[in-house]
Amino acid sequence: MNAARDPRIAARDRPFGFWRRTYAMLVKEFLQLLRDRVSFGMIIFMPVMQLLLFGYAINTTPRHLPTAVLLQEDTDLGRSILKALENTAYFRFTHEVRDVEQFDALLMSGQVLFGIEIPRGFERAVRRGERPALLVAADATDPVAAGSALSALGQIAQTALMHDRVGGEPAIPPFEIRAHARYNPAASSRLNIVPGLVGTILTMTMLIFTALSVTREIERGTMENLLSMPITPVEVMLGKILPYVLVGFIQATLIVSIGVLLFGVPILGSLIMLALLSTLFITTNLAIGYTFSTLVQNQLQAMQASMMFFLPSILLSGFMFPFAGMPKWAQYIGECLPLTHYLRIVRSIMLKGASLENLRYDAIALVVLMLVAMTIAVTRFRRTLD
Amino acid sequence: MSTEAAADPIASDIAIEVSGLSKSFNGREVVHDLSMRVRRGSIYGFLGPNGSGKTTTIRMLCGLLTPDSGEGTCLGFDIRREARKIKRLVGYMTQRFSLYQDLSVRENLEFVARLYGLRDPRGAARDMINRLGLNGREAQLAGELSGGWKQRLALGACTLPNPQLLLLDEPTAGVDPKARRDFWNEIHALAAEGLTVLVSTHYMDEAERCHEIAYIAYGHLLTHGTVDQVIAGSKLTTYTVSGEALNGLAAELTGKPGIDMVAPFGVSLHVCGRDQAALEAAIASYKADRRLTWRRSEPSLEDVFIDLMNSSKDNFQ
Repeated sequence: MNAARDPRIAARDRPFGFWRRTYAMLVKEFLQLLRDRVSFGMIIFMPVMQLLLFGYAINTTPRHLPTAVLLQEDTDLGRSILKALENTAYFRFTHEVRDVEQFDALLMSGQVLFGIEIPRGFERAVRRGERPALLVAADATDPVAAGSALSALGQIAQTALMHDRVGGEPAIPPFEIRAHARYNPAASSRLNIVPGLVGTILTMTMLIFTALSVTREIERGTMENLLSMPITPVEVMLGKILPYVLVGFIQATLIVSIGVLLFGVPILGSLIMLALLSTLFITTNLAIGYTFSTLVQNQLQAMQASMMFFLPSILLSGFMFPFAGMPKWAQYIGECLPLTHYLRIVRSIMLKGASLENLRYDAIALVVLMLVAMTIAVTRFRRTLD
Repeated sequence: MSTEAAADPIASDIAIEVSGLSKSFNGREVVHDLSMRVRRGSIYGFLGPNGSGKTTTIRMLCGLLTPDSGEGTCLGFDIRREARKIKRLVGYMTQRFSLYQDLSVRENLEFVARLYGLRDPRGAARDMINRLGLNGREAQLAGELSGGWKQRLALGACTLPNPQLLLLDEPTAGVDPKARRDFWNEIHALAAEGLTVLVSTHYMDEAERCHEIAYIAYGHLLTHGTVDQVIAGSKLTTYTVSGEALNGLAAELTGKPGIDMVAPFGVSLHVCGRDQAALEAAIASYKADRRLTWRRSEPSLEDVFIDLMNSSKDNFQ
């Protein structure tokens, strides 16, 4: 017994100590995860709920937008134009006003998104070939909402005029906007949104899982015990990240399956590559969440830090707005966010059938972001209670 | 008392040897110039009021805190530079229960066994469950155990990797007397196997179960030695008074010059003074009272500690 207690005999220095300790941590995290029924339920239900909610709710070609009509004259042509507009399903005539003040007030207050004015003498001017203006005022505070409806206008007015057979040749309306969405307006928005949601949902769930991991140990007092044992910061980190890679992978599979089955999004590229790069993206987010948990003091701060990171991820990654449309400085910030790169990856693989060769830059960017986060986490992890 | 001594083979029967340890938090000094030496295989009691720096000292010994100044060795390893090696050989039982509440008894023990790289984590956990008498509870969540069982499990977890030194921070706080007695029997059994145990406590009866004790207050180590040495070194003159109307007497005596402490002990009263002549003078008139019986006695350990605390309060606060 005494020989075994000699301090200089490092009896426990067996090979693969690093992996043994990482494994110990991994098993512990898994057990804790399985025991936490609520969290476990969230892993399954959160992505499903979010995808169904956002997949159906977010629509960049919205329809039946409230519209006010100002009829300065009551003519057949005016009525057939309005009829044609209503038939596009973009517009829903909710108000008919008699003067310009009322018209302006409705737009100002947001009760309508569009106002259409048929001016006095419109039909006569058309018949004379004077190409009068059909005034359309749009509430452009939400350019996405207004965009497709506006683009549909030019076409509609033209067909209405042709239908009425006024004049010899069809009049060319004064607005030159083309309706891009005319072939398949509803589906195109969904095709873009669903792959984006894969990345967005994963970012949110993965960040929060690991962002709470270290702070939870500190708040529950278990960190003191953990630190008194011979485990290194790298082992703690890997042990805490690895179980959630599997969790993230299950989530990603779930989301992509729903996207394909329910929303009819195709996967034109390689499924294996999608799986591999998704796993990389999941790990990168877990590493960033873990980094937050080593930087903050408590679980509340960890949640706040995650949200601080999540918001720009949504706004500057190209999920909500076209990346190329952002100013240069915003694009630089966007390049630092894993979601930006993953969106390109997932959209390219699913919708364009891209190969790894096409996506090399974004894959490398994800690896770099992951390594940077892990380095910060390991250096910031406090080995003592000082 | 130099650190070189620890590396010396002759000193290998010394488990802990530190000198001049100091630690401040936000400018407040919690431990001041603390030196101590703990022999291998002994049970060393660490006593002192709340906030006296006991926990901070223990944390410095096992590498959880870095001392601001001072140096020393723990099991022959430098406490500043070789914390990792110390951690492999030290079992630390924290004041607050710090195992995973949402893991079962068995899972907690297996986690510790795996982390220390034990050959057969499942077997080691099973053996420990048997040793602790936790059979039938191994699947229970640690958080659902009663205070006594929690403390038992915590002790089991920190002895599982077969450490050479146990650091126990108030292990018996809030535990019933039976569980406390069992706990101390276990500590003595471990010490008999050659384990060194440093245990902090508030309880005087526990102090008397230690081979050696040290008393710390306001970050200063005030006295150390065996219980008898500490009592003998106190230079307190103590009288035990029994009789009628002791409550009134206690109030009268308290604060009189020469009388440093008056404490009721059941049906008797302990009256202590650091200066024997002054004490005798102060109580002379009361000794004549025939309703009271005055008997010269040894101060109890508690008398000594309360007195140390009172006098140190004047010195350090």
